Amino acid sequence: MPASTSGTATTADATNGAATTGDDLGEHREHSTVELDRVVIRFAGDSGDGMQLTGSQFTTVSSLFGNDTATLPDFPAEIRAPAGTLAGVSAFQVHISDHDILTPGDAPNVLVAMNPAALKANVAAVPSGGTVIVNVDSFDERSLEKAGYAANPLADGSLSSLRVYEVPMTSLTLEVCKEAGVKPRDAERSKNFFALGLVTWLYSRPVDPTIEWIAKRFADKPQVLDANSRAYKAGYHFGETAELFESNYQVRPAALAPGTYTDVTGNTALAWGLIAAARLAGLPLFLGSYPITPASDILHELSKQKHFGVRTLQAEDEIAGIGAALGAAFGGSLGVTTTSGPGLDLKSETIGLAVNLELPLLVVDIQRGGPSTGLPTKTEQSDLLHAMYGRHGEAPVPVVAPGRPSQCFEVAIEAARIALAYRTPVIILSDGYLANGSEPWRLPDVEALPDIHVDFATEPNHEGPEGDPEFWPYLRDPETLARPWAVPGTPGLEHRIGGLEKADGSGSVAYDPANHERMVHLRAEKIARVAASIPPVEVDDPAGLGGAPLLVLGWGSTYGAIAAGVRRVRARGLQVAHLHLVHLNPFPPNLGEVLRAYRLLLVPEANLGQLARLVRAEYLVDARPLSKVQGVPFKAAEIENAVLAMLGEEGEEVESR
Amino acid sequence: MTVLADHKSTNGSAGPAQTGAIPVTTRKDWTSDQEVRWCPGCGDYSILAAVQMLLPELGVRREDTVFISGIGCAARFPYYMSTYGMHSIHGRAAAIATGLAVTRPDLDVWVVSGDGDALSIGGNHLIHALRRNVDLTILLFNNQIYGLTKGQYSPTSEQGKVTKSTPFGSLESPFNPVSLALGAEATFVARTHDMDRKHMMETFRRAHEHKGASLVEVYQNCNVFNDGAFERVTGRDVRADKLIPLRHGEPIRFGAEGEHCVVLEPDGRLRVAEVAEVGEDAILVHDESREDPGLAFQLSRLARGPFEPTPIGVFRCVERSEYGEAMAAQVEAAEERKGHGDLGELLRSGGTWEVPG
Repeated sequence: MPASTSGTATTADATNGAATTGDDLGEHREHSTVELDRVVIRFAGDSGDGMQLTGSQFTTVSSLFGNDTATLPDFPAEIRAPAGTLAGVSAFQVHISDHDILTPGDAPNVLVAMNPAALKANVAAVPSGGTVIVNVDSFDERSLEKAGYAANPLADGSLSSLRVYEVPMTSLTLEVCKEAGVKPRDAERSKNFFALGLVTWLYSRPVDPTIEWIAKRFADKPQVLDANSRAYKAGYHFGETAELFESNYQVRPAALAPGTYTDVTGNTALAWGLIAAARLAGLPLFLGSYPITPASDILHELSKQKHFGVRTLQAEDEIAGIGAALGAAFGGSLGVTTTSGPGLDLKSETIGLAVNLELPLLVVDIQRGGPSTGLPTKTEQSDLLHAMYGRHGEAPVPVVAPGRPSQCFEVAIEAARIALAYRTPVIILSDGYLANGSEPWRLPDVEALPDIHVDFATEPNHEGPEGDPEFWPYLRDPETLARPWAVPGTPGLEHRIGGLEKADGSGSVAYDPANHERMVHLRAEKIARVAASIPPVEVDDPAGLGGAPLLVLGWGSTYGAIAAGVRRVRARGLQVAHLHLVHLNPFPPNLGEVLRAYRLLLVPEANLGQLARLVRAEYLVDARPLSKVQGVPFKAAEIENAVLAMLGEEGEEVESR
Repeated sequence: MTVLADHKSTNGSAGPAQTGAIPVTTRKDWTSDQEVRWCPGCGDYSILAAVQMLLPELGVRREDTVFISGIGCAARFPYYMSTYGMHSIHGRAAAIATGLAVTRPDLDVWVVSGDGDALSIGGNHLIHALRRNVDLTILLFNNQIYGLTKGQYSPTSEQGKVTKSTPFGSLESPFNPVSLALGAEATFVARTHDMDRKHMMETFRRAHEHKGASLVEVYQNCNVFNDGAFERVTGRDVRADKLIPLRHGEPIRFGAEGEHCVVLEPDGRLRVAEVAEVGEDAILVHDESREDPGLAFQLSRLARGPFEPTPIGVFRCVERSEYGEAMAAQVEAAEERKGHGDLGELLRSGGTWEVPG
């Protein structure tokens, strides 16, 4: 029945090797279980096929089972592009492993394709010898035509290098649902659960957690619950009984550090980090936000958590979102606005106002492909220079960036710490990949989180000409240069602030040239002094600082790919160092020293070299950019190859690949 | 002073709370030490005086009072008040004030804006603040011109207006701010003018009393770039015949002897008439609390511009759920339902598993 069963056992990764008992499975006729150390599975179907749900549930079960996991959802910007077309294909890639992993995997070992379009859009990513499971019911003439196939790829030999399994998912789903009296049209929608059941069997996942999850999730729709549950079980049993698959696979639990784990996406971790930050600061949290992909989930998550005293305002536009957040900050809340690139453009003027007002404010930018509307659902890191410089006038703003989904939590707290301590807007740069990607997260001890509380001003801080007490809103803390934060309602400290230049100290409107220059320098110096509160960076270099010839410098969501690429280079017996920055403005205090310790400096970024430009300008180092702007994350292999190429060019000995 | 170390009991709203008697104040207490820098003769002076004279009568505290403005001549207003204040950026005052008002329901938040600031660059924020019914008192200084940028036409300038940017006359139909506010679901809409301090104070008082968003359009003379724009209705010698005072529950009549009036025609339209001709019983009785804004809207359209009999006073004053209060109620209800948020529980809410040591 399989169109092609040639080839060897599905191996998890071409470079890493995987099948620990990888016999030639073709010779087996009974099911055996093959152990793998990791596997990458991609679920692909129509936008309406529920692939994101299927993929994330498979991830959850794998996490609960104890695997390390990393995910890459990939969906179109259109909510429902025409069914069956390439534009409407939605995919979810998950990497599960028995050891700690850093990326969702370079290439899928297994592709589950629910229709011809899903196959066509994704099959090129499957390496030779990989597995493809198709819903053969959807390979009719019309669907093939919609996907742009002139001939049926299942029959024309074009997939001969792959192991292809043809499974009639739709008809089998309809059949089991018929017994339950579910209408065919409704039953057809459960076919993703059939696929999930089949893959659950194929990778020896426990069944019960998903059965329980279906029962809970569809509790208010008993018929849907029944249909999904039946389809899921049918898929599982099909794998077990149909003599289609020669074996199934086992990926054992990973040896993760002891603790309590949860599976978390970047946006959820960020939302929770904001709640934690407000709690740690002893301030109420206020979010002013306008819906935008891929940031909206933070608005959704925070809107659910009102019992933490969170207030959320879905504003009339991006400008109102940040305006309201700034107004709340004036009143003594932790003010936050969340957005993506186009929204950051619109918020620029208000960020500049916050710079002048010297009030704490958090601006979260979940970067996506640009310019303009660009690629709303795809990832990119191209807003770094915008975050740094995207305002008129000299308007410095601290910038921080998480590198992994779970790190969004602590980075939100760190951003709040800086904003509160230095009374400044802070920009958090996440991106679409971190936002929607998930990973297991060892939960921190909430009692051990840092105290970021700051005091409001309560007393006058100056004497008037007649010795009378006055409040000067721009008298600064000598160490941090932060001005006092006096919230309305505090008697005796009434004062006016605004976008006009302020007189140093008194805060009155001042047009005096020397005062303006002094204030420009003071504002710049205040942000520069944030560096004193940042711990020195520690470079990952087994040979010690400066031991390797080459340092890979990264920031943000490239963390996983760089760390994995660096591991691969080291597995070849070569030396390479990795440094990943969270603080992008100001840079950590010892960054220059670290960068100058390396002869070669490679900076991979999902942009045209924005961090490379910054470190060149700041430290006069020969940073070489490695750019990728395809809307998808770097692969570990791309980092590995770039490191090898650079080492080779520079006369280091590298084995050829 | 209460600091917010723990806001468990304040359903998340920030800020200190004052207790004790409200101190007695005078105008001087509400006046800042800043030199007022509007052009001599500007209508803004009389509006400032009206506000500074009104505040001691309102039984409010200086420290609980905040003026927020955008950009424009009117936007300098907060500097002259010895309260908390923010002179923000162009058009955004209503948005910024929204964030402050919903997080600090204990404060009195005023927005001072102009026709360019509120109706052009900030039009979106204004209509949404009104729609949401955020507890703000919004004073819209309408002088039908851009003053700070030295004399371009504004969204309330009459069609045909010749200005620096419209040397051949403006092509645009103006906004009627009262009509706009009523269309934006405002719960309190009024109009007053800078030549009548008593009327201003009374109107501002009513706006301040109102729970929710209140918008007061103030006809304000710009004696440099648009002098006399309202002269034909607010001038002392014409006022009696050209301003129609709206008083809740009273027949709408005007004129030195109350000889003119407003009547509702059988076809549903409003018309200015002579009492002698239509009889007292035919006069429309003003009802600002009407749920349906239709009649208020018609009153706002009675004059095509400030050159024919123009209603002033409160057009509409109705009750509707105030946004900040409703938001606080949701927070409270959530805390009652789920208990005060537990951070550890939140982090575990997506399901967890243990990796043993």
